[in-house]
Amino acid sequence: MLNKLFGRMTLADAAMYTVGLALTGAIVAGSVATLSSGKYTLAQWQDLLIFGLAQGSIYALIALGYTLVYGVLRMINFAHSEVFMSGPYTAYFFARYLFNIGFLEAQPVAGLLIVSAISMFTSMAIALTVERIAYRPLRKAPRLVPLITAIGASFFLQYTFRGLYGSGIDRYPELAILKGSFTVLGVRVLTTQALVIVAAALAMGLLYAFVMLSKTGKAMRAVSEDKETAQLMGIDVDRIITTTFALGGALAGAAGVLYAIIFGQVQFYMGFVPGIKAFTSAVLGGIGNVPGAMVGGLFLGVFESVGPSLFLDGLGIPAPNQLKDAIAFTMLVFVLIFRPSGILGERLATKKA
Amino acid sequence: MRNKPATLLQTSLRFGLIGGGAAVLFSLVGMVEVFGQRTIISGVVSMGEAFLAVAMLHSASAAARQFSTVSSRAMLTAGSLTGALVGAMLAALVLLGTSINIRDVFVNASPPLFALLSFGQSPVPGMLLLLLAGTLMGLASTAFLFLPPPVRSTTVFVLLVVGVFGLLADLLRIIISQWTYIAPAAEWMFSGKGISIPGALAIAALATGLDVYGNQRRSKASTLAVLPVTARQKTMRTGALMALLLILPPLLGTYVSEVLDQVGLYILMGFGLNVVVGFAGLLDLGYVGFFAIGAYVMGMLTSPELGLASFSWWAALPIAIGVTVLAGIVLGVPVLNMRGDYLAIVTLGFGEIIRLLALSDALRPWTGGSQGIQLIAKPMVGTMVLDDQLKLYYLILAGCLLAGFISSRLRDSRLGRAWMAMREDEDVAQAIGINLVASKLFAFSVGAAFGGLSGAIFAAKLGAIYPNSFGLLVSINVLALLIIGGMGSIRGVIVGALVLVGLPELLREFAEFRLLVYGALLVMMMLYRPQGLWPEDARKLEAHEDADDAADGKTGAAPGRLTAPA
Repeated sequence: MLNKLFGRMTLADAAMYTVGLALTGAIVAGSVATLSSGKYTLAQWQDLLIFGLAQGSIYALIALGYTLVYGVLRMINFAHSEVFMSGPYTAYFFARYLFNIGFLEAQPVAGLLIVSAISMFTSMAIALTVERIAYRPLRKAPRLVPLITAIGASFFLQYTFRGLYGSGIDRYPELAILKGSFTVLGVRVLTTQALVIVAAALAMGLLYAFVMLSKTGKAMRAVSEDKETAQLMGIDVDRIITTTFALGGALAGAAGVLYAIIFGQVQFYMGFVPGIKAFTSAVLGGIGNVPGAMVGGLFLGVFESVGPSLFLDGLGIPAPNQLKDAIAFTMLVFVLIFRPSGILGERLATKKA
Repeated sequence: MRNKPATLLQTSLRFGLIGGGAAVLFSLVGMVEVFGQRTIISGVVSMGEAFLAVAMLHSASAAARQFSTVSSRAMLTAGSLTGALVGAMLAALVLLGTSINIRDVFVNASPPLFALLSFGQSPVPGMLLLLLAGTLMGLASTAFLFLPPPVRSTTVFVLLVVGVFGLLADLLRIIISQWTYIAPAAEWMFSGKGISIPGALAIAALATGLDVYGNQRRSKASTLAVLPVTARQKTMRTGALMALLLILPPLLGTYVSEVLDQVGLYILMGFGLNVVVGFAGLLDLGYVGFFAIGAYVMGMLTSPELGLASFSWWAALPIAIGVTVLAGIVLGVPVLNMRGDYLAIVTLGFGEIIRLLALSDALRPWTGGSQGIQLIAKPMVGTMVLDDQLKLYYLILAGCLLAGFISSRLRDSRLGRAWMAMREDEDVAQAIGINLVASKLFAFSVGAAFGGLSGAIFAAKLGAIYPNSFGLLVSINVLALLIIGGMGSIRGVIVGALVLVGLPELLREFAEFRLLVYGALLVMMMLYRPQGLWPEDARKLEAHEDADDAADGKTGAAPGRLTAPA
């Protein structure tokens, strides 16, 4: 039994597992040290947890875009982070206008819905444009080619929006109704965070229902399973791919507005980091797997919110919050090394097909 | 609609909207206005205007070519309609911009832009002029299609040469006025910020002569059998090139030397990434990590500020390269069996982790945190300190020659063949007995070594390093220059670096739009010329061998593709 396990292990694998074990050990040791020192109160942990959940649901929404596209095309839509940025940045101008004429304060629900609709529409349009120009003509090209166009499209979009809207940071209007907090089951929750968690859950539920119950959703699953056979069954593959990009774009646009509500600001560079993290979430949950993206997003959100205080602090690392992004990247690397299929996934990151 | 050929109106509408959209985007992003200040020919045309003209000409000619089998009248109609539509879209932008305030949203929709767009007239005549210009441009570019091909290619060449001269006018002027004998020529050739009209005519005449002469020689050569270049000719060419490289910088002055230094550092990195991406087919987006490690190790070992060690630059160099190679292997091991797109993301993660670590306070005693490392040693040769652009140029040149030599030997070696086999198909490569693990790790370590060398020189050149010099953008720059030049092509790296690093340094206002243009270039290269500007001969042959081969250039040939007139 042991022989079987070690027989197939190369030196490289052994080295990787050693590093992995060491890291796990460090995480456990750090967590124990922090918890036993009692540096943070229960309320602080709860705050971190809720913030992590809110941020995680945004990651989850963006991750769905990666996962849906990966499901049908087996490619990583690198430009998705810019799809995410384009929506809220464009909607910002409408939000500002609505706020200035007083509509947003008078009718906050309708106002937010309008802003979200604009954001979702813009993101969708950008996603479709990118698909049409940068991916569709190259669908039969080697894998590296669409990846390079995706990187190119990503930078083009980022700097086009910078040119259009300027390079500064724009602040979203703050609504009186979203200020403050309330208590659920003895846990204090900020109104913005509650709104984000509820809205994201709603959007994810709708998407899941769409993919599982509608006829188009069924066709999407069929295309994801086997493109040629799906085509033989009379499914218009091009149309399904377009629909997939549109759905992913709309979710990214929704995520963008929620992001703007939590962080209160938009800028041309805002897509990069959430994009990478959402990708990490998608991989974590098993890319190509819809519930996986949701679970992965929430997990990553909580992990990176709680993590720095939990184990980096315990290890005596100064200013642990600076390493928040490094945690996410490290996690991505280790997930891909040790469990490329993700928590719920069956697709493989190592070469297959 | 799918089966019926598109009608004249549909085609003109389609190409007009694409061209017009591009022109409007150019304007709103601010490119037209900024480049409007870069004169090509004084008083005649600026680069901004040239952009708009190209949008009109190009879309009109693409639309007209759809009807090349129908009739010349159809072509002319399609061309002029398309051109007019582009003009109309710009006119609509002028109308919108001058009647309501769109500057709140679009920061670059400024009055100077609209003044430029409406030819300095008030909006209404300006808009009419735009329409007229569009129609005329459309007609002209269609009429251009009727000319015999040699005339067309000569015209394009001449326009390009005049354009390049015009763009580099202020620089050329300074250089030429340094040489006493031809200094008066500068006064005559240049006026204002561009070239003068007689200057432009002279350059055009010269370029025409050159092109015609070149064509004649080429046609003569093709009637004879094409002889392979003899070894002696090759040596002579190399010798001439070397001599040119050695004497060029002192002639061109400090500013150009500085630019050449930058280009050199990027060529060095390009050679390294070329081994990883171009030869072995491993898309690495975290290449800047090795550049950073090289620079940081150099900083740690030589800077008295940190007090870790006080090596000389030369003593620290092998250690810096050694550490980078080690890092290449350490980072290579985990990604050994990862496929293309995952590899890209993970390496991107590595690059970012290295930068974040360098930036963090946790490692401040070693990396200096956000303040970086100062007082890095300069290399010494004998008793001479290499401390200015000119002296460093020779160091960088030596590095580039070494790296280029190693690359070219590796390419033709057994290992190089193994890399290329791996690039084309990993499974087959493994089946024919190539050790994938060793080959991949070798590629990563060679790539890392060149990156580390570049980083070490970079550290010495600036004398100080900061974590923010090592962002993702460096990796993207290197990748872009590789793709523009031609992946796997050593000479392509040089061309790519000159175009992508050298040109923007010379055209300073370009900096703002650098990444925008890179992004667009990456997409367009992949669509229309995936083999790059100057691919290796072998690769070029592959590209013409087999129409089914998706890897080499044929995939982008979608119907209705836009290409420059041949």
